[in-house]
Formats: sequence, C-alpha cells, structure tokens
Amino acid sequence: MSTTNVERVLFERPQSLVALPFPYCPGCSHGIINRLVAEVVDSLGISERVVGVTSIGCSVRCWKHFTYDMVQAAHGRAPAVATGLRRVMPDRIIFTYQGDGDLAAIGTAEALHSAARGERITIFFVNNAIYGATGGQMAPTTLLGQKTSSSPYGRDPVAAGFPIRVAELLATLPAPGYIARVGVFDAANVNRARRAVQRAFEVQMEGKGFSLVEFLASCPTNLKMDPVKANEWVQKELQQYFPLGQFKSPEE
Amino acid sequence: MSEKVLMKGNEALSEAAIRAGCRHFFGYPITPSSEILEYLAFRLPQIGGTFLQSESEVAAINMVYGAAAAGARVMTASSSPGVSLMQEGISYAAAAELPCLVVNVTRASPGLGRIPPAQSDYWQATRGGGHGDYHLIVLAPFSVQEMADLTILAFDLADKYRNPAMILADGMLGQMMEPLEWGNQPQDPPVKEWSVSRTESRDRRLILAAPISDEGLLELNCHLVEKYARAREDEQRWQSYLVDDAETIVVAYGTAARISAEAIESLRKKGHRAGLIRPISLWPFPAKAFAGIETTAGSCLVVEMSSGQMVDDVRLAVNGRIPVRGMGLGGGWIPTPEMVEEEILKS
Ligand SMILES: Cc1ncc(C[n+]2csc(CCOP(=O)(O)OP(=O)(O)O)c2C)c(N)n1
Ligand code: SF4
Repeated sequence: MSTTNVERVLFERPQSLVALPFPYCPGCSHGIINRLVAEVVDSLGISERVVGVTSIGCSVRCWKHFTYDMVQAAHGRAPAVATGLRRVMPDRIIFTYQGDGDLAAIGTAEALHSAARGERITIFFVNNAIYGATGGQMAPTTLLGQKTSSSPYGRDPVAAGFPIRVAELLATLPAPGYIARVGVFDAANVNRARRAVQRAFEVQMEGKGFSLVEFLASCPTNLKMDPVKANEWVQKELQQYFPLGQFKSPEE
Repeated sequence: MSEKVLMKGNEALSEAAIRAGCRHFFGYPITPSSEILEYLAFRLPQIGGTFLQSESEVAAINMVYGAAAAGARVMTASSSPGVSLMQEGISYAAAAELPCLVVNVTRASPGLGRIPPAQSDYWQATRGGGHGDYHLIVLAPFSVQEMADLTILAFDLADKYRNPAMILADGMLGQMMEPLEWGNQPQDPPVKEWSVSRTESRDRRLILAAPISDEGLLELNCHLVEKYARAREDEQRWQSYLVDDAETIVVAYGTAARISAEAIESLRKKGHRAGLIRPISLWPFPAKAFAGIETTAGSCLVVEMSSGQMVDDVRLAVNGRIPVRGMGLGGGWIPTPEMVEEEILKS
C-alpha cells in the first residue's frame, strides 16, 4: 500500500486580504462580509481593477484590510464618491461598503439617486439593524419594538416610523441591474451570499448598471447578546421583516 | 495668439475651466450661478467630458471628491446656501488633500437671501468654512477677464498645493458681459502620481480623510500648517492702484473694488490723494500689500458689500500702524462711487 501524503488546502486567507486580524468584535458579521468581497475579487481575478470606497461606521477602516486602491468617503456619501470615481475611470470596478445608518439614514439620497441613475457601481450594504460605531443607537432598519440606546422603550412607529426595506425600495427603480438580500448566519447562506457578491460584480462588469447586495448582519455587542444568540436573532427576527431574495436581476 | 470675445462672467469662467483641462463638472442649480452649470451641460459632452446634475450640493461636492481622487481636474459651482451644504465635503477634500475647484457666485444675506450682489461669504471662504483647521485658496475676480484668468490660476494652485481652491464672485460679476481676451492655451494639467488612476501595475493607493492613528492625525495637521505657510509666503496676490502717494487707502475686492476705483479716479481729478489696494487672493490674504503704507497714508477705508468681514484681515495686516475703518452692509447693498467718495473725504 503506497502512502500518499496529499495536502489539500481547505481554508486560507484570500490574496486580496492583508494579513491583519480584523478589528471587529467577536461574532460581528463585518469580518465575514469583508472576506466574501475579497474571495470574490480573487476568484474573478480583478484586484488590479478594483477601487473600494469605505463609509463611516464600524467598517471605516476596512481599507486597511483590502489590498486594492481604497478611498474614504464622508458619512453617507460613498455612492457620490463612487460616482465621481466612475465618471473619471470607466474601466475600473468600483464598490462601496456601507452600514445601515450610513446608507439608509444620512446617505439615503446618494444611494437612491445613484441607483436611479443606474450608476455602474456595486454597493455592499450591511444591515445590522443598529448603529454599531456610535454605540448602538436606533438605525432606520431597527425593528419595531427593538430596544437600542436611543430607543430605550423599544422602537415606537408613532414616534420613529417603520424600518426601511432598502433592497425592495431600490428595486422599484428601472435602472438597477441587480439587487439582492442575503444572510451570513450559516454556511449555506454564506455560500449564497458569495454568489450574490459575484453576481453583483459581474453585473457591473457586464455594463448592466447599478448593483446592490444587502447583508443581514449581526452586531452582538450592541444587541447585547452573545455571538450565537445574536446570530439566531438575525436569522429569526431580522429575517422575518427583511426577507432574503433577489429583487432585481438582468435576467428578469 | 489671443482672441477677443464678449462674454458673460459665468460663461467666461466655465470656458476657462475647459481651457484649464477640466472635463468633469458636478453641480446643482442655483441662481445666480446656474449659467455655469448650463454652459458646461452644453459644452462638456461636446468634448468628451462629464456633466452630471447631482441630487444636491452635498452629493455634488462628494462626486467632486471622488473625481479628484481619480486624478481629474474637477469642479462644482454654486451659490451661498449651496456652498454651505458643501462644507463637510470641502473639509474632507482638504484633509484628503484633493485638489478641486469650488465656485461660489454668492447670494446676499443669511438664509435663502436674494440674488443681488453681496460679499457676505468672505468669512466662510477665507476661514476654511467647514470644520477643522484648513484653508481654501480663494481668488476674487473683479472683471469678466479675471473670471476666466483666475479660474485657470485656481486650478493650477489647487494642483500645486493639493488643496481645494475657490473662486468667490457675486451675481454682478457672474451676470455681466464684458470683452475678454483669451491668452495662450494653458499647459496640460499635471499627472497625479498619488491618485487612484491606474495605467499600469503598481502598489495600491489610498485616499484617506482620516489617518490611521492619533500620531498620524497630528502629522497631517503639521503638514497642513507647513503647506499653508508656504502658500501664505508665495501666493499673495493683489493690485495696488495709485497708492504710492495716497493719503487714504481704500481696500476692496471684486465688485466693491470696481466701484471704489471709480470713486478714487473722481477724487483724484478733484485733487484728493486716494488709492486702492485690491486683494485678488482673499486667502492667502495679501498682507504684504500693506508693508510701509504708513509712510504716506493716514488711514485705510475698507469697502465691502457685507457688514464688515474683510476689515478684520486688513486690521491684522495693518496691525495698528494707521487707523482702519470699514464701510459696508450685506443683504444686497451696493455702494455708489459717490457714497465711497463721501466716506473717503471723512478721513
Ligand atoms: C456627519 C456625521 N454625522 C454623524 C457621524 C457619527 N457616526 C459615525 S458612524 C455612525 C453610524 C454608523 O452606523 P452604521 O452605518 O449602521 O454602521 P455600523 O457601525 O453599524 O457598521 C454615526 C452616526 C459622523 N461620523 N458624521
Ligand atoms: S460594534 Fe457591532 S458592528 Fe461594530 S464591530 Fe462590534 S459587533 Fe461589529
């Protein structure tokens, strides 16, 4: 019997991630989502063409972790910055990475209008139902009744309105090419999320306009839950209000 | 080879931007600056440029930020309330050291104001305008010719210092028509080695408005201080008119300087010795223009179409050597040459 010593690499750092530990809290979804973006950039072989635009929030320093050209935008303005980059550099692949406070509160206009123009950019939108960086205040995506540091009695729709379903909202526009909502709370969904990231980049590269992937994400620190419980909350509670799916694709 | 044309100030500025190599404009309409946006909406597509009417001034300045990060010569134009909305983005551009041009064809008064000429945005323009210690390079044209010439200069200075530059004009300068002479075609804009544009394989580049660490932040601020000191030394621009023997020196820029020059000419004919210092760069303020003025002049009169903003800088420049008085009001008040004459004679 011959002894073969086959070593198969099952898991390694994507080429386009810098060898640095992520700065995020334990159980935070940002790390998974950063990694998914890096994996897809590697598999498409586009790292030399990519420019990322960071936003303000817990992921403000994600530029440290990607190996591509990165530009830092003001709070909510990443889609406008990406638009400026796009109009000067038609051949680059441009993405923004934004939280829900960034995109769905202060930056709603920029997100909506870049989608309406069919701007050839890709937005990775991290919906964790809370403001992470500033200490767990209510976000536009905070669920009804959800307690946060600025909705201590629970989100009351009379005073604070209803959570915004960004993917569905933007999918009403004619120009976007691809819009999907994904989860990263288990392995099967992470794989689906990776495919969505890939599709979003492909749509941009094929010249089919604006693309957005909304990630249901977990912020255990501000949900004040352990990582496992927080993940379950996203899967059960958050997903109930924000259904996963594809809301727009070029095939439709 | 020069060519003479009759043009509106806002259009001269826009055509000059094209001559300077600007191919990207992002902006939102507002009177009395809208001709710039309309002219470029018409011209830029003809020459393969980008015109984009943004959803707001907030979006416009951040598009400018992105285009500047990509290494383009880029501009936006607006008027007072719109420029107020841009301030966060301008501060980010100063921090990230992104050259760009912001044009403010001002309105009068706080709030919505109205569109008569005014100079009430001097403080906002020369003190940075947004948050943090920074400055814009601010140039103030006083003719249609200068609307064009200073626009080209503003782009060059923005690139030289990697800093946003501003043209501060008013509705009169924007709207009036005058003959204008186009000089030689300016040189091509420099290639920006720091930008994220890419023609060949290279290491990654970062455009950051906030450095990595507290030390990095101090370093950035020290660097900005050093850069602004260089600009203060090298970029003060002004015009001195009949000052050598002047007993009263009027200080005025833009439209107020045109009016003041008329008053001075009229007084000279009557035998009164008045002169004019006209700041062209509002930041850096031309303090050098005031060296030794006390040898002939007994006082300075600052004429501005605001309730008194530039007068602060004149007082700092004169530093108590002679008395400095101000004359002015915001809200669309336009002095006549006779009013300025009368005020000069009071000194
Ligand atoms: C103009 C402006 N307003 C407010 C802030 C403060 N701020 C920083 S991050 C943030 C919210 C971030 O929340 P989110 O976008 O949900 O991202 P997360 O931190 O959850 O990833 C706020 C309000 C800011 N930096 N700039
Ligand atoms: S605060 Fe929340 S969003 Fe921010 S890093 Fe921690 S877990 Fe992630």
